[in-house]
Amino acid sequence: MSPIIEINDVHKNFGHLKVLNGVSFDIERGEVVAVIGRSGSGKSTMLRSVNRLEKIDRGRLVVCGHVVSDPSVDLHQLRRDVGIVFQSFNLFPHLTVRENVALGPRVARKLGRAETAKISEAALARVNLLEKLDVYPEQLSGGQQQRVAIARSLAMEPQVMLFDEVTSALDPYLTGEVLGVMEDLARGGMTMLVVTHEMEFAKRVANSIIFMNEGRVWERGPGGMLDDPQTLELRQFVGKT
Amino acid sequence: MSYQFEFADVLEQWPLFLKGIRLTVQLSALAVVFGFVVGLLTAIGRRSDTPWLAWSCGAYVEAIRNTPLLVQIFIVYFGFAALGWKVSVFSAATAALIINLGAYTCEIVRAGMDSINKGQIEAAECLALTKLQIYRYVILVPALEKVFPALASQFVLLVLASSVTSQIGAEDLTAVASRIQSETFRSFETYITVAIIYIVLSYLARVLFWAVGLIVFKRRRRLGLAF
Ligand SMILES: Nc1ncnc2c1ncn2[C@@H]1O[C@H](COP(=O)(O)OP(=O)(O)O)[C@@H](O)[C@H]1O
Ligand SMILES: [Mg+2]
Repeated sequence: MSPIIEINDVHKNFGHLKVLNGVSFDIERGEVVAVIGRSGSGKSTMLRSVNRLEKIDRGRLVVCGHVVSDPSVDLHQLRRDVGIVFQSFNLFPHLTVRENVALGPRVARKLGRAETAKISEAALARVNLLEKLDVYPEQLSGGQQQRVAIARSLAMEPQVMLFDEVTSALDPYLTGEVLGVMEDLARGGMTMLVVTHEMEFAKRVANSIIFMNEGRVWERGPGGMLDDPQTLELRQFVGKT
Repeated sequence: MSYQFEFADVLEQWPLFLKGIRLTVQLSALAVVFGFVVGLLTAIGRRSDTPWLAWSCGAYVEAIRNTPLLVQIFIVYFGFAALGWKVSVFSAATAALIINLGAYTCEIVRAGMDSINKGQIEAAECLALTKLQIYRYVILVPALEKVFPALASQFVLLVLASSVTSQIGAEDLTAVASRIQSETFRSFETYITVAIIYIVLSYLARVLFWAVGLIVFKRRRRLGLAF
């Protein structure tokens, strides 16, 4: 079986700034890959390119069979297959938790009322928030809001989930509950690409870790690679000299 | 200096006042409803990536906001005539008010839409929503909520500005007043009465918009937030 995500020599500039400089890696179905690296190393840009929030300049990018690097890619299908969760939760403030989660199934997937309700509630159950169905985002803690955002993506029943530093805006206690949900997802077999600063989480949950530097995959390996860096840059990053 | 107020003759004309009020209310209601729709569509047009569309909507807004309402009313009224279309004074007045309010509404609504967090729009794109679906489900309500007080003020101003349509012969409250004063010779009393009626109308309009706000903005109602 071919990989569910294939990234091959991807380049991307913002003006004169080279942000992605030949990124290549594959992810198999069911794999959990953590992406680490200094701020500014291109992690977010890489992740956003995967569901085409950013257009790449050069290279080949195939996700769930959609050729993302082809300008005529079917964005609708791509986004149905790929979920993404951001650092800022980006919930819709005028909608209740239930409505936030139901929007995708109802409007984009055009499902009926009953099926939408079933899927939304199943998604909220997976993030342990069934008791908050009818409250508004502003009535929730940051950790709860982020879990709603995860449920909102899950309700699309995606094949791949992307996470971009989803706990960076949370205090340690709330971080724990969000990481817990992500760990459950990983154990449930979801394919995940996770940009994170949580080294313990990366080591424990990810099948492999990618260290990005200067817009490239600098090192890739299992969790153990953090204890035995092969490059000076990774050694500096994990704080060993 | 003493002035003997004499309202009796003026108030005797209440059926005429009533007729004027009815026309003012009809004109204003139509203008607010359709002007709002025009403003909403042009706001979306102005934000569009299609250059000719964004430009045309911008040109319309600038043209209207930089000319007097009275001139716009004359242009619409005589324009219809010049085109050979027979339209009533009421239709011409309504059309002019819609065109006028549409431009002001456009700018207010656009400001509301621009203030919506880009992250929310991106999140909606990632849920595979189309542009129009994003407007409808993600942008519209919070954008209107943000600018609702400004919008309501603009609508009240429109009720008052509708008095200008008397210049092309619309039988609105102001036109009726001018008839009453010429019959009763009680100009001061007549216009004081009319002013009081406008105050009441404005106030009722505010109450109405406030009620509409409560219905449309469910979150505010549920959380008990004031505007
Ligand atoms: N939309 C953009 N326009 C211009 N520069 C950008 C944009 N997005 C990111 N950058 C720049 O690209 C570089 C990489 O950013 P990013 O991918 O966010 O890195 P990371 O997520 O690893 O911190 C940074 O220098 C950032 O300032
Ligand atoms: Mg980033």
